Amino acid sequence: MSPNPAAALVAAELTKTYPAGRGGPPVRALDGLSVSVAAGTIVALLGRNGAGKSTTVKILTTLARADSGTAEVAGIDVSRDPDGVRHAIGLVSQKSSSDPMATGRENLVLAGRIQGLSRSAARGRAAELLARLDLADAAGRLAKTYSGGMARKLDVAIGLVHRPRVLFLDEPTTGLDPEARAAMWAEIGRLSADEQTAILLTTHYLEEADRLADRVAIVDAGRVVVEGTPDELKSELRGDTVQVELVAGAAHAVAVLERVPGLGEVSADGTRLRARAESGAQAVPGVLAALDESGIAVASVTVARPSLDDVYVRHVGREFAEEAAA
Amino acid sequence: MSTISAPPLPTMAAAPDGARRANATGALLRHSTFLTARAVRTLLRQPAYLAITLVQPVIWLLLFGQLFRNVVRIPGFTAASGSYLEFITPGVIVMTALFSSGWAGTVYIEDMDRGVMDRLLASPVRRGAMIVGTLAYQSLTTTVQTLIVFGIAYASGARFDGGAVGVLVTVLAACLISVVIASFSNAIALLVRQQEALIGISQFIVLPLQFLSSSIMDTRVSPAWVRHVARYNPVDWATTAARSALSGHAEWGAILPRLGFLLALAVAMGRLATRAFRSYQRSL
Repeated sequence: MSPNPAAALVAAELTKTYPAGRGGPPVRALDGLSVSVAAGTIVALLGRNGAGKSTTVKILTTLARADSGTAEVAGIDVSRDPDGVRHAIGLVSQKSSSDPMATGRENLVLAGRIQGLSRSAARGRAAELLARLDLADAAGRLAKTYSGGMARKLDVAIGLVHRPRVLFLDEPTTGLDPEARAAMWAEIGRLSADEQTAILLTTHYLEEADRLADRVAIVDAGRVVVEGTPDELKSELRGDTVQVELVAGAAHAVAVLERVPGLGEVSADGTRLRARAESGAQAVPGVLAALDESGIAVASVTVARPSLDDVYVRHVGREFAEEAAA
Repeated sequence: MSTISAPPLPTMAAAPDGARRANATGALLRHSTFLTARAVRTLLRQPAYLAITLVQPVIWLLLFGQLFRNVVRIPGFTAASGSYLEFITPGVIVMTALFSSGWAGTVYIEDMDRGVMDRLLASPVRRGAMIVGTLAYQSLTTTVQTLIVFGIAYASGARFDGGAVGVLVTVLAACLISVVIASFSNAIALLVRQQEALIGISQFIVLPLQFLSSSIMDTRVSPAWVRHVARYNPVDWATTAARSALSGHAEWGAILPRLGFLLALAVAMGRLATRAFRSYQRSL
């Protein structure tokens, strides 16, 4: 793999196996994962829980070591010079990681001081970030009094205090209510533009990857199964998705749909059938007629433009939402 | 406020290796100071907890002081200069240090649970500073508690012929035992990573250490086996050293080796905590 000079982060063929827990087999968390992030862009690692996203972040942020493979962050090798990497990165971990017994401002100043800023530089940067993230009014309050959305913004501010070259956002909106999530998305979008920071984002929300990321890498079983811009990924799926909800599961429903002209890639998942069609609208009458003839009762039919969910199904072979919920 | 623009930051990642290594010691000191300050600030913001840490030794002192007032009459009990209150003051000081430092590791577990630990480990903070920070904080707390116990004892009529030197040795002994136990507690915290398990283990260690020493009872009137065990008990080293220094006739030949043992044990426990840190990181 030739290193890309503009890349803020390059990881190649990372593997990591965790030793067996009580009686269980060892867990292969990463199985040759490769990913890169160009300077100033956002890349999303999209996958269900346990796919290997967080292990990747742990390795790239020097918290854990890969069993094999190489990784450079901001041009620095993570295993050879972890301390150098730590100066160049910011980490917003899954859980809120501010000190609850310190104020927002104190949290930021401490993080800045640890990164080597002088007291006045840390204070200045803290004030700047608090204002930027709309936390100026809460700057003097203890972090434990912050709402979920505010605490998350403070986490992001802490990650940015030293103007890192690469910012890691590990599931930044998990556990936030929809309003706070929308606010966070707006914030992250602005950040990547203003701070010239490369962002590696992990998420199990398709919509989040679609909205925020310049490029999406779908991760499953410890490797990247497909990677590209959201549009590229979607456009590789030609046509529309036709989704049929049946009243009751029917074993032969897939076979019935496969005979409908213009319909392909039929799959079934309980009472839900999915298929692709060049033009969804034109395919629907044929679908309904065929199911009706075979005596299969239909609850609803929907036609949709390709989504990342379809991309996920195609490459991982399972539906995303159910995997994520499992 | 929003228009403050910070000057461009030096890119430390680009600093030459030698310069960075030379900065390492400075960084260790600075980071230790930051983290100690954080711990002290947290303590000051929890008035209820602060009150409990301060009230506890007072209760030990007055409760035991009253309860066992007459043990000094047992034949063979030291009671060189007099009252049982004077006898147990160093005992209660060491006991207080012991109990509060047994809890030290709970801070690590809270930090792990909240993700603060991971954030710190992904930052350039020196690992040593994360240990030194908690130990410095423990020593600070112990010093304040020790002085308060002395104050209460004095107000209750205890007098110590050892004077300022005696007080100094007592503070030192209490801080050393506090560092030993806090390091142990930190190491256990990093290994078990669970609050209940840590507290269980810590109580299991601390209580026997406490009672198999001369803190509240002269071992000369205890069964012989207790006397033997106490000789190898760091809590007894601290108590005996402090008590001797506080008496009018300090036996330095007994005090200095005990302080030396405590120091050596503190270093060993510090090493253990550092190794436990590595094991925690390997498990990530």
